[in-house]
Formats: sequence, C-alpha cells, structure tokens
Amino acid sequence: MNTLSILMSAFVLSLVGLGFFIWSQRSRLLSHDGDGSAVIFATGEIGHAETTALQPASGTDADGIDSQELLDRVAADASTAPVVFFFYCCAFVWLLVASAAGLTASIKLHAPDWLVSEAWLSFGRIRTIHLNAVAYGWAPMAGLGTALFIIPRLLKTELVGGRYALLGGALWNAALVAGLGSLAYGVSDGLEWLEIPWQIDILFVAGGALVGLPLILTLLRRKVAHLYVSVWYMGCALFWFPVLFLVANFPGIHRGVEAATMNWWFGHNVLGLFYTPLALASIYYFLPKLIGRPIQSYNLSLIGFWGLAFFYGQVGGHHLIGGPVPSWLVTLSIVQSMMMILPVVAFTVNQHLTLKGHLSALRHSPTLQFICLGGLMYTASSVQGSFEALRSVNVITHFTHYTVAHAHLGLYGFVTLTFFGAIYFVVPRITGRDWPWPRLISVHFWLAAIGIAIYFISLTIGGWLQGSAMLDESRGFMESVQLTLPYLKARSIGGGLMALSHVVFAAHFVRLLIGVRQVAQPNSTYLAAPGAL
Amino acid sequence: MHSEARLILGGLTTLAVATAVLVVIPYLTVRDTPPVAGLKPYTSTELRGRTQYIQHGCMYCHSQQPRPKAFAPDAQRAWGRATVAGDYAYDDPPLLGTMRTGPDLMNIGVRQPSDQWHLGHLYQPRAYAPGSIMPAYPFLFEVRDQAEAGETVVVLPPDFAPEGKVVVARPEALDLVSYLKSLKRNYPAVDAASVK
Repeated sequence: MNTLSILMSAFVLSLVGLGFFIWSQRSRLLSHDGDGSAVIFATGEIGHAETTALQPASGTDADGIDSQELLDRVAADASTAPVVFFFYCCAFVWLLVASAAGLTASIKLHAPDWLVSEAWLSFGRIRTIHLNAVAYGWAPMAGLGTALFIIPRLLKTELVGGRYALLGGALWNAALVAGLGSLAYGVSDGLEWLEIPWQIDILFVAGGALVGLPLILTLLRRKVAHLYVSVWYMGCALFWFPVLFLVANFPGIHRGVEAATMNWWFGHNVLGLFYTPLALASIYYFLPKLIGRPIQSYNLSLIGFWGLAFFYGQVGGHHLIGGPVPSWLVTLSIVQSMMMILPVVAFTVNQHLTLKGHLSALRHSPTLQFICLGGLMYTASSVQGSFEALRSVNVITHFTHYTVAHAHLGLYGFVTLTFFGAIYFVVPRITGRDWPWPRLISVHFWLAAIGIAIYFISLTIGGWLQGSAMLDESRGFMESVQLTLPYLKARSIGGGLMALSHVVFAAHFVRLLIGVRQVAQPNSTYLAAPGAL
Repeated sequence: MHSEARLILGGLTTLAVATAVLVVIPYLTVRDTPPVAGLKPYTSTELRGRTQYIQHGCMYCHSQQPRPKAFAPDAQRAWGRATVAGDYAYDDPPLLGTMRTGPDLMNIGVRQPSDQWHLGHLYQPRAYAPGSIMPAYPFLFEVRDQAEAGETVVVLPPDFAPEGKVVVARPEALDLVSYLKSLKRNYPAVDAASVK
C-alpha cells in the first residue's frame, strides 16, 4: 500500500467520524434526551445524589425512590465487594511503591551521586520500576477494581464468577512482583512500557483473562436492555488491552525499526485504549451519580466514544517524528492526533453542560472534586497532546522533560485523580464503613492537586527551555542539561507533595479498616449485605 | 446502544485498522530491511555490553537516532548523520530512546574511541564532564589496594581517584565500553553504487 492510499483512507475514516458528529447534531445535539442516560438511576432517584445512607428497607422512601431497585443495587454491590476490595488493596500497595520509586528517580536527576552503590537503585532501574508499578500495578488495579464495581450495577445484575476475578487478580499481582523483581535485578526486554520479560507476561495474560471472564459473563446475563456509555468504554477496554498486550509482547516477531513502531503503537494505546476508557467510564458514571442528574447529551457521548475508538489507535507514530521510520506513518499519526480533538471536545462540552448549575455540589463532595478535576485534566492533556504531535511543536519538545510533564498530566492529573474519586465513592459501599476523617480527603485532594500543578508547570517550562537550547547549535549541549536543574528540583517538590498525599490516602484507608465499625446510617438492609466486610 | 456484539466488533475493527497501519505494514515493509553496506554485526563482547546498556536503562536518557538537518543541529553537534532503517538491522530490540537528558549515542564510538575515557566516565561522569547529571556506576568497578595481573586499571583525574587505592574495571564495565565504542554510523546511509 502506498503513502497516498493510506493517507486517503485515514481521511475517509476521519470523515466517518465527522459524519457521526453531523448526524447527532441533526437529532438534537444538546438536548436533554433522558432515555439512555437515566439508566444509572433508580426510578425517582434523579435529583438525589447517591449517599451511603440511601438504603431503605421496603416500599418507597420519603423521597419516593423505588426501593426494589435500590435493593438490587445493594445486591450488586454485595456480589462485587470482596473482589473490588482485593483489587483496591493491591492498588494502594502499588501506588505507594510507585510513588517511592518515582520520587527516588526524580531526586536522582538533580543529585546524581545519591544512592549509587546499588545497581537496583540506579536511575535507569528505579525509573523503570516506577513506570511499571504505575502501568501494571496502580492503574489497572484501581481501574479494573472500579470496573468490577460499576459493571454489575449498570447491568442491574450480580457479578457472575467473582472468584475467577479474585484468582486472576492474584496471578496478575504475582506476575507484577516477579516482573519488578526482574527489572530490579537487571533482566529487561529493553522496550519502553514492555520491559517485563515475556516469560512473566504469560502470567499477566492468564491473570488478565481470568479477570475479564466474569465481566463478560456478567455482560451476557444483563437485566437491562440499554448499555450505558460507561459499559461501552469498559467493555471495549477489556478487549483492547489483551490484543495490545499479546501482540506487543509476543516473542520473536518484532525486529529493527518495526519493533520501534510497534513499541509506540503499544505505548500510546495502553494509555488511550486501556487507562483512558476505564477512567472516562468512571467519570460518566460517578459524575451524574454525585450530582443526581443524568448526562446532558447522550449523542455527544457517542461521538466521544467512537471518536476515541477511531482516532486514538493510530496516533502512536508521533513518538517517532524525525526518526528512521517511514514518513507516511508519522504523517498519519499526526493527522489522527489532531482528529482526537473532536472526541475530546465532545466529552468536554458534555461534562460541562451536565455540571452547569450544579457546581455547588463540588463544595460538599470531595469525591466530586477529584472526578471533576480529573475530567478537566483529560481535556487539558488531550488537547496538549494533539498539538504536541505537530512537527513544529514536536521538534522542540521531543526528547525533553516536556513530554514527561505531559505524560503525568494524563496519567496522574486525569486517570489517577479520577480513580481516587472512584475509590472514595466505592469503598464505603463495599465495606459498609464511612471514611472516618472526611477532612483528610480534602488534605489528600489539595496535596495532590498542588503537587501535580508544581510538577507539571515546572517540567513544562524546563522541558521547553531544554528543547530550545538543544535546537540552538551555538549553545553547548551541557547548557541544555544545566538549565533544567531548578525545574528538576521543583519537580521533586511537586512529586514529594503527590507522594505525601498518597501516604495520607493510604493511612486513611487503613484507619477505615481497623477502626470501630461505622455505618453511615445503621439499617438492616445494608448490614445484611453478605459481602460487606 | 443495545447490542454488546456490535459494540465489541466495532471496537475491535478500529483497533484492527490501527494495528494494520502501525504494526502489520511496518512488519511487511521495514522489519527485514537489509543492513546498510558498512554496518558490521556486533561481536559477542559487544552484545554482552548491549545487554548491560539495556540492564542499566541507558536508553531512558540517551537516544540513538540523530535527526535530519531540517529538524535539529544534531550533525553540527557531531552526533552523526540522520539514521535510516538499515542502520538498525542488527539491533534487537532497537534502542531509539525518547529522551536526551544526555547526548545522542549513535556515534559515541566515533567521538570517544578511548577505553580509559569511557571507563573513567562510567565510574564518575563528573571527572570528565563537569556539570553532568549522569549517575555514577561504581558497582561496575572494584576499588582495591592493587590490581591483579591482566586486570584493567582505570586511570582517573587526580581529584577523583580514591586515595591509595586502584579502581579496577569489572567485566561488565569492559563489555559496556566495548559496545559503546562499537556505536559508529560513519559510513554513507545509501550505497553509492545504488544512487544514479
């Protein structure tokens, strides 16, 4: 296939996406079409934010909400509670491991003679441990845990075969322990995001399959006709990730420059087609839940979803701009990176319209603060990413800390903050206990928000100056290194605040578990839930 | 949306298109690009050194892909000409890198042919590159009272040599240096005979 036909087909696909946009405009683009989006609410529940106290024993409660539907929801939660609890506990552990490794790596960049006597603590290894602990530990454990919680609720049924997910989760974590151990020891496959040796990857595949199986079985036994938008994202992510992981890690296939294009096909898609859909699905579920109002436009979410599915897969080549790869491939990736603005704008407008008039809810719900800031950062990091793919911008930012800042805006500002919000919502419902010190949630929020702000702003400026210096042949290379030092130190401060917020978060979780049993509002239904821990 | 089958099929179709473009076509077209004339396969020592390079994550700070002149003054920095697919024919996996926290290394063997420079620089980068933020790799060396016969002693600038001791390179350090010295793409990217 020649360059022209590939570019033409890219444009054709892009136009199909545009077609979706126009078609939905015809059918009342910004209208309040409540039929599909209301599926996450019980009859009569719209207008009420879901609280842990909302669990009547029979009939309808004072607000006129159908109690049978609420009881079904309690049953769904009970069926997922032990599994979700296990996944979240693992997520907490990996969050702390990743924070410690990341902070160590950050400090090493401006203190190069610190902790140099052990190979496993050297920058090249501790940085890789940080990335893999986030990529295969924190993000999937928190994301899959949330998916396991949300999907049975959305399908109004109980989780089928939860014990498979439990076994799968155990295998997955065993694989990660082995994987991080081998990276620390110095056994690595050598491709970024794919460092864990392929022999260990077999365990991930088995574990992942066992986690996915119950979700697919549950999907097949659904009791609702309509699949809510969160199900689209989570359902597809569960099929996308195994394809990505298997193709990328299969030994003996990839070689030379082809291995590099495959590397960034994987590296970018694991973000866009795994973490992103899991986090977006969480926003689409929790945001309306927390303000008690359905998503403004269901049509817009359709564009957001199919736009992501169409364009995101092909953007990975922008990591190789100026590299020794076919130029049509890079051009195609730049085109699709720009096309990503379409689904991002659709999502953003939709969230904004849904929240409009309900901003006061932000004051009362720390969970909502996390979710809203996460959603905002999705927009910010995606738009930034689109422009970063342009040759004129990329020529400066490529190979610099600017890219690192961008990656953290996406994976931390968007994905991680969203999962924090999800965990704050879910934990009381699976343990039957409320967070003991609500003020600590605000402490966590502000430490994390200020931390990532310092992190992002300092590295963005530092990276841009670094890139500009490297392009100026009259300035020695060492100048581009030296000028980043103040920004690297600021990044360590920001990263330190982020790590501190995680310690607060984890301590709060431990206190919730070991504390005196506290139920938001003691009532028989809630306590009878068999899965309540 | 009411059908999970349509949803999943749709999702897998879009991924199939992306995979075709970014993985399958490169597999068919550039995977087996023959080596450029002038490129030699690695020796076994160099390959062991390449494993060290991967083990210690050198590629997270050093790229191996000088860019064309239209992009960046890489050639003026003596990093070499822009590379082509055939330059990576023996690289499994390729180590293109994504950061230039340190300089590009595709031609470090041309710029620094000295064993002693490399060994001393690995032991303490700031001995040869003041202001460098590269980590020191003391665990690739032994500090002893005296060297045995046949061992490579690292000669360091006076301020950086441990007092009354000698620094001896471990085999890993020697392998790594032999790999670094092999990084040379100083032959033409295109065979002169094939250009009319």
